[in-house]
Amino acid sequence: MNTFRAAGPMDQFEIVRIVDLSVGSIDVSLTNSALWMLICTGAIIAFFFTATRRAAIIPNRVQSTAEVLYEFVSDLVRDTIGPEGRKFFPYVFTLFLWILIANLFGMIPTLPGLPHEAHTFTTTSHLAVTLALSMLTITIVIVYGFWKNGIKFLKLFAPSGVPPAMYILLVPIELVSFLSRPLSLAIRLFANMFAGHIILKLFAGFVVSLVGAGGVLSVMGLLPFIGAIAVTALEFLVAFLQAYVFAILTCIYLSDAAHAADH
Amino acid sequence: MSLSAVIVAAAAAAEDAAAESGGLPQLDMSTWPSQLFWLAVTFGILYWLMAGRFLPAIGGAIEERRGRIADDLDQASEFRGQAEAAEDAYNQSLADAKAKAQGIAADTRAEVDAEIAEMQAETDAKLQGQLEAAEARIGEMKEEATAKVEEAAADATRAIVERLIDEAPTDDAVARAMTNIAR
Repeated sequence: MNTFRAAGPMDQFEIVRIVDLSVGSIDVSLTNSALWMLICTGAIIAFFFTATRRAAIIPNRVQSTAEVLYEFVSDLVRDTIGPEGRKFFPYVFTLFLWILIANLFGMIPTLPGLPHEAHTFTTTSHLAVTLALSMLTITIVIVYGFWKNGIKFLKLFAPSGVPPAMYILLVPIELVSFLSRPLSLAIRLFANMFAGHIILKLFAGFVVSLVGAGGVLSVMGLLPFIGAIAVTALEFLVAFLQAYVFAILTCIYLSDAAHAADH
Repeated sequence: MSLSAVIVAAAAAAEDAAAESGGLPQLDMSTWPSQLFWLAVTFGILYWLMAGRFLPAIGGAIEERRGRIADDLDQASEFRGQAEAAEDAYNQSLADAKAKAQGIAADTRAEVDAEIAEMQAETDAKLQGQLEAAEARIGEMKEEATAKVEEAAADATRAIVERLIDEAPTDDAVARAMTNIAR
C-alpha cells in the first residue's frame, strides 16, 4: 500500500562511515558527520577568504556581509562582557559561525536517490558535538575565571550582600546552577536541532503517506504539506536563534568569569 | 472523517518511525570519538584562521574605513575653514579697494573742482578786464561824439546867427546860448 514509503525520521541522524580511519585504537573514521563538518567549515573559510582577499574601503557584497557578521558578534561580546571580552571575540565568533552554518546547512534538502552517505546531515543535532562545544566554553570560563580572579572566582557561588545563614541554601543552588550550565547549553542546541528535524521529517512523511493512500486522503496531504512549509520557515529561525543563544550564553558565562570578584 | 484519517495516517507514520529506530543514534557512543575528532579538527582550523587572519583583516578594514571617514571629515572642515578665510580676505580686500576708490574719486573731484574754480576765476578776471576796457572805450567814444555834436551845433549856431545878423557871434556868446537852450 505504501508505495511512496519515506525513510524513518531517525535515519537522518544515523552516522554512516565513509572512510575507515583510526589513530591508535581510536576510531576517527570519516563519516557523514565529519563530511558535513568539513563542508560547513570549508564553506565558512571560502566565504571569509573571498571577503578578506581584497579588504577594500568600499566593500563588495561579500565583504559587507562578513563585516555585518563581525560587527554583530563584536557588539554582542562588547555589550555582554565589556572591554575584557575582546580576547574572547575570535572564540565567540568562530563558535557562532560554526554552529550557525552547521544548523543552516542541515536545512539543505537531500536530493532523492542519493546514497545515505551523501544525505544532508546536521552535525549540531548530535549530543557529542554540542556537549563538546559547551564543555569547551565552560572549560574556558573556569580556567579564565581562576586566572583572572584567583580564589575569588568562587565568590560566584557565594554572592556578597546576603545574610550568612542564607549561604547554606544559596551556595548549593549556585553550584548546581553552574554545573548544569554546560548540560543545558549542550542539550538546548542538540534538542532543538533534533526535534526540529524530526518534526520536519514527520510532516514530510505524512504528506508521502497520505498522497500514497490515494482518494480523499491524497487531498488531505495538503495539510501536512503546509505544515512542513511552516516548520521549515520556523527551523530557519531556530537555526539562527540557537546559534545566537549559544553565543550569547557563552558571553554571559565569560562575563561571570571576568567579573566574579565584583559580586 | 477527514480528521480521523489524518490521525490514522499520523499514527501509521509514527509506528513506522518507532519500528525503525533502534535507540537514538546520538547515544551510540561508538560514533563519539570520530565526531569529537573531526569537530576538534574543523573547529580548531576555523578558530586558527579566524583569530589569525580573517578577523584582523575585517576589523582592519572597518577601522581603516572609520579612520578614512574621520580624516575626510577633518579635511572637509579644514577646507571649509580655508574657504571661509578666503572669503573674509576677499571681502576685506573688496572693502579696501572700495574705500581706496572712493578716496581717489574724492581727491580727483577736489582737484578738478579746484582747477575749474581757478580757470573760472582766471576767465572771470580776463572778461572783467575786457569789459572794463570796452566800457572805457565806449565812454571815450561817447565823449568824443558829444564833443563833436556840440562843435557841430556851435558851428551851425554861428552860421545861422551870421546869416541872420551878418555878424559872427563870439564863441563865448554861442556857448552861452547853447548852454541856456540845453538847459
